[in-house]
Amino acid sequence: MDTRLHLLLLSALVAVGAVAAPSGCALAQAAADATGAPAQNPQVVEPQVQRRTVKPPAIGTDNFEAGLFLGTISIEDFGSSFLYGGRLAYHFTEDVFAEATLGSSKAGLTSYEQLSGSARLLTDSQRQFTYYDASIGWNALPGEVFFGRKRAMPSAIYFTLGGGDTHFAGNDHFTVALGTGLRLLATDWLAVHLNARDLIFDSDVLGRNKRTENLQFTLSVTAFF
Amino acid sequence: MLKTLTALCLALGTLAAVPARAAAPVQVVVQDPYLDLHTGPGRGYPATYSVPRGATVQLLRQRTDWIKVRTDHGQEGWVHRSQLEHTLTPAGEEVKLAGPTPQSRVEHHWETGLAAGDFGGANVISATAAYALTNSLFVRGDISQLLGNHSNGWLGTIGLAHVFAPQWRVSPFVGVGGGVLHVSPNVTLVQSTDRTDTTAYAALGLRGYLSDRFLLQAEYRYYVVFEKRDANQEINEWTLGFTYFY
Repeated sequence: MDTRLHLLLLSALVAVGAVAAPSGCALAQAAADATGAPAQNPQVVEPQVQRRTVKPPAIGTDNFEAGLFLGTISIEDFGSSFLYGGRLAYHFTEDVFAEATLGSSKAGLTSYEQLSGSARLLTDSQRQFTYYDASIGWNALPGEVFFGRKRAMPSAIYFTLGGGDTHFAGNDHFTVALGTGLRLLATDWLAVHLNARDLIFDSDVLGRNKRTENLQFTLSVTAFF
Repeated sequence: MLKTLTALCLALGTLAAVPARAAAPVQVVVQDPYLDLHTGPGRGYPATYSVPRGATVQLLRQRTDWIKVRTDHGQEGWVHRSQLEHTLTPAGEEVKLAGPTPQSRVEHHWETGLAAGDFGGANVISATAAYALTNSLFVRGDISQLLGNHSNGWLGTIGLAHVFAPQWRVSPFVGVGGGVLHVSPNVTLVQSTDRTDTTAYAALGLRGYLSDRFLLQAEYRYYVVFEKRDANQEINEWTLGFTYFY
């Protein structure tokens, strides 16, 4: 009987304690607030995480295109010659690109030189024909070219317009370059170009100043990077 | 010249021999109703496959506004940037895609351009680069080649340009600067030598936005060339050019 009474009294004491403790804490908290002391949020677990700035993942771009070309150029009055060079392009949008071209060739003999036999209008070094131009290009006709039944390559017919310098017959000549070409994407990064260009400049090599048109046809292989 | 050309060709050849760099693949979850996969990087190439919302695709590379993607099923194709702007990585991070934003016209850092025109009777071809100090003030440098009937030459200048209203579609601008002018008479002329002189210019022009990346720029420059031998020479230059900004 005594044991039961003890248990009952103890239980009552615990219950009173449980009710009184929080209200005491609340009173203490209110007192702390009233005195302007900083409120402390009870936090059970302190997170051990370091703050860091998240850098969004970026993907690689390959808007540059560079490559080499080989072909033939018809230098006005000087016959056709082998031509080689390089091109570097930057694609601004799917429609517009800029292109720098550098090419070299060596002029042959004029009809007069061939018929007369020995007379030479230009020295060997003066026959060197080098040019550069910077052009703006427009991918006018995009499409696909089919090889057989199963293989299709993305393609584009483009037009270019630019200006540059042609060094020929020991002189520099301001040159307007008009071009058109077909670009085939053999793979995502490898392209093949068939290109035709007209290099137009004024020349007085044959004694009289005249406008010369120098047509070239080239095949080039380029890579996007 | 031939050596330079050969060196450049070799350099280009080396570049050409290196395949496009392989960036680490980025996975994204499609948020748009669907993605159109085109066969090439352009709207003119046919769309052959659609990826539904919620599917995961891998971003492989970007060319202009088009991104090459690969689906979970191994289908590959090119998607326009606008369809991927809302995609997130599985971790919820935004994906950074290169390209212009609506603020690009006013707020950009670099401009590069090509121009052609007339420099005191000679043809001129110019390459320009400019850096934006503020939205309307630029430091710019130009390299020009001059090709005339009687002489050829080079011109290099550095200057400042102020655009009055970069937010307008067409805005006037002014500039000042200085540089070096090198002139060499054509070989057919005798008793003439090359000369290099310093020069200063004042510029006035108009520039108009063609798109969110391009400007058409018309410029007049008044040059004073400080010649060593006698009185200063005054030269007018008119150019029209195409500028790309980013």
